Amino acid sequence: MKIAALGIDVGSTTVKMTAVNAAGEMLWHHLETVDPRVEKQVDSFLNKLQDDVDSLKDIPLIATGYGRNLVHQAVKKVTEITCHAKGVYHQLGRGGTLVDIGGQDSKAIVIGDQGQVIDFAMNDKCAAGTGRFLEHSAARMQVPIAEMGSVALSAKEEVAISSTCTVFAESEIISMIAHGVAVEPILMGLHRSLIRRVVAMVRSVGLVPPLLLSGGVVKNPAIRKVIEEETKEKVFLPEHPQLMGAYGAALFALKMIE
Amino acid sequence: MGLTDSLKYYWNVKAMGQPFLHWQRRQAERNPKVSSRWRTDILSPPLRIGARTKELVSRHYLEGRYASGHRPVAWVTSGGPVEILQALGFYVLYPENHGALCGARRAVIDISSEAENSGYSIDICSYARTDIGSVLSGKTPVGRLPKPDLLLACTNICQTVLHWYRVLARHFKVPLILIDTPFVYTKASDHALKYVKKQLENSIPICERVAARTLDYRRLKEVIKLSKDAAELWLEIIGRGRHRPAPISVFDQFIHMAPIVEMRGKKETVDFYAALLKELDENISRGIGAVRNERKRLLWDNLPIWYRLRYLAENLGEHGISVVASTYTNAWGELAPLMNQEKPLESMARTYIYPILNQGTKYKLDTMKRMVEEFQLDGVILHSDRSCKPYSIGQIDQRNKLIQEYGIPALLLEADHDDPRAYSEEQVASRLASFVEMLDD
Repeated sequence: MKIAALGIDVGSTTVKMTAVNAAGEMLWHHLETVDPRVEKQVDSFLNKLQDDVDSLKDIPLIATGYGRNLVHQAVKKVTEITCHAKGVYHQLGRGGTLVDIGGQDSKAIVIGDQGQVIDFAMNDKCAAGTGRFLEHSAARMQVPIAEMGSVALSAKEEVAISSTCTVFAESEIISMIAHGVAVEPILMGLHRSLIRRVVAMVRSVGLVPPLLLSGGVVKNPAIRKVIEEETKEKVFLPEHPQLMGAYGAALFALKMIE
Repeated sequence: MGLTDSLKYYWNVKAMGQPFLHWQRRQAERNPKVSSRWRTDILSPPLRIGARTKELVSRHYLEGRYASGHRPVAWVTSGGPVEILQALGFYVLYPENHGALCGARRAVIDISSEAENSGYSIDICSYARTDIGSVLSGKTPVGRLPKPDLLLACTNICQTVLHWYRVLARHFKVPLILIDTPFVYTKASDHALKYVKKQLENSIPICERVAARTLDYRRLKEVIKLSKDAAELWLEIIGRGRHRPAPISVFDQFIHMAPIVEMRGKKETVDFYAALLKELDENISRGIGAVRNERKRLLWDNLPIWYRLRYLAENLGEHGISVVASTYTNAWGELAPLMNQEKPLESMARTYIYPILNQGTKYKLDTMKRMVEEFQLDGVILHSDRSCKPYSIGQIDQRNKLIQEYGIPALLLEADHDDPRAYSEEQVASRLASFVEMLDD
């Protein structure tokens, strides 16, 4: 495996690393739950990669994500807005409005025809509209996070969750469970609540089609369905939506050596 | 007014305090780098005038500390028509300025909690909470605030002041003069101007009664002239930001704007701004910019984030970004042409009806667009200030119009001018970093 550049995305929930060849193709990737000892974790990532490649000498690494400043191995740090835009544009080959729903925040990024960031918005100071909202609710409903989307989609009806606040939504869920409401309609309502919040943010920057998605949360099929319903736009996803930050970082690293 | 209080005033202010503050200023002027904690590797050394700003502001609060019983004291809103009070010899305190000072000294949570514990909602403006908290507890970083003999609230900046000053009037049991300034959508009507002028006329007997003296119209004209001169100088100072590199950033302006807000109508304020302008012109001729490596230039909309001025200046300065203009600091200069000492009350009515916050949001958008062109700016930061609703309303539309209609990059930053509990540094840092990358793209 002949790799040319590396990118790492230290997010609030997971750490992702990608390796690209000189043509910018993703050859290797790895993902783990974030460890508070970030530097050690990055070293372990590099060790894993070392087993598969000839040498890591002189291969540039760029870090992104909330924990990017902790990655001392990186030659440069770039924000996740710029990296996600870069990664998705490179994979899908078009501009538009990119919605990235991560563990701790969500972002709407308007990408121009040349892949440049024209505008962006991030969720305000609360966990509503982020992966944490679903994670928190999934735990309360005792549904594994990976199954949340399919369980929600199996619902024959849907209840409205009026609280956008994660903590108040939990109280609302408890009250619904106490009133005998089934898990599926509650879950579907939770997805709707989260997406409405995200769509309001997207509208604040102005939705320029096509609608592109990235981030770990969009692996959830119910999220994709509800976002299409709420925006009336078809969504486009890269092959690895969760890796787009790390991939964009690797592409920036590649640009450095070109 | 009592003899003992006057003796106390002269001893503490004139004989002891002022000479000490002057000596302190001279010390700081001799070694300005040592007296500043701001990073001088990315920002230019602080302006020499800083020592004088500190002297003026300290002297102002020192005078206030011993004013009760010696001079009549008025508490006034920041956009209040102060010239009549100055002409009558009032000591004038601006609770909003005091609030800003508390913010910069990181004293707001402690003081505003006193108001919150008494039932004032955290959703009320943090200046109001800080002031009421200070009144209820006596807490202040400036030693002691004088009790007011008179209150004057003008609604040209917001409607909160109306309720805030009613609380103060009830607490202190002193007269409250309310100057109601009708909102200006495009142009102030004649009857609106007459209405404000009439209120100013009606306020004079009340001010005279509290001051126990008659208003001398010649003195009023002098005060208006001094207000106008200072505001004109301030406007020129702001205009110096057009130079590349800009010799003064808005973070400097936020610090040095204290006298134009709380010391209007005074000779020393005019002298102060003349000296600041001279220093800036010297820096321009020597090619000294506020940010050492100025690459990009931005506009700041709304009030400052008082408790993070240094952080923001350094964070942006590190990337070669100089924030050179602001709608907020501009607001204290742009009304200068409306002042006319030959028509004192008529021109005061006009001046005090036209502040940016008493005009439609289109006016602010036009001002931002004009400043972006005149100052050759690369983008705009709009501080969405949780406390200042009149300044923040319409910012989402203004931001979108700047981007979509004028092609000017713009960022909305959510915070509060005084209350750090409504500010998240990590969120701000991540937005600023992304915005900087976007500007460089």
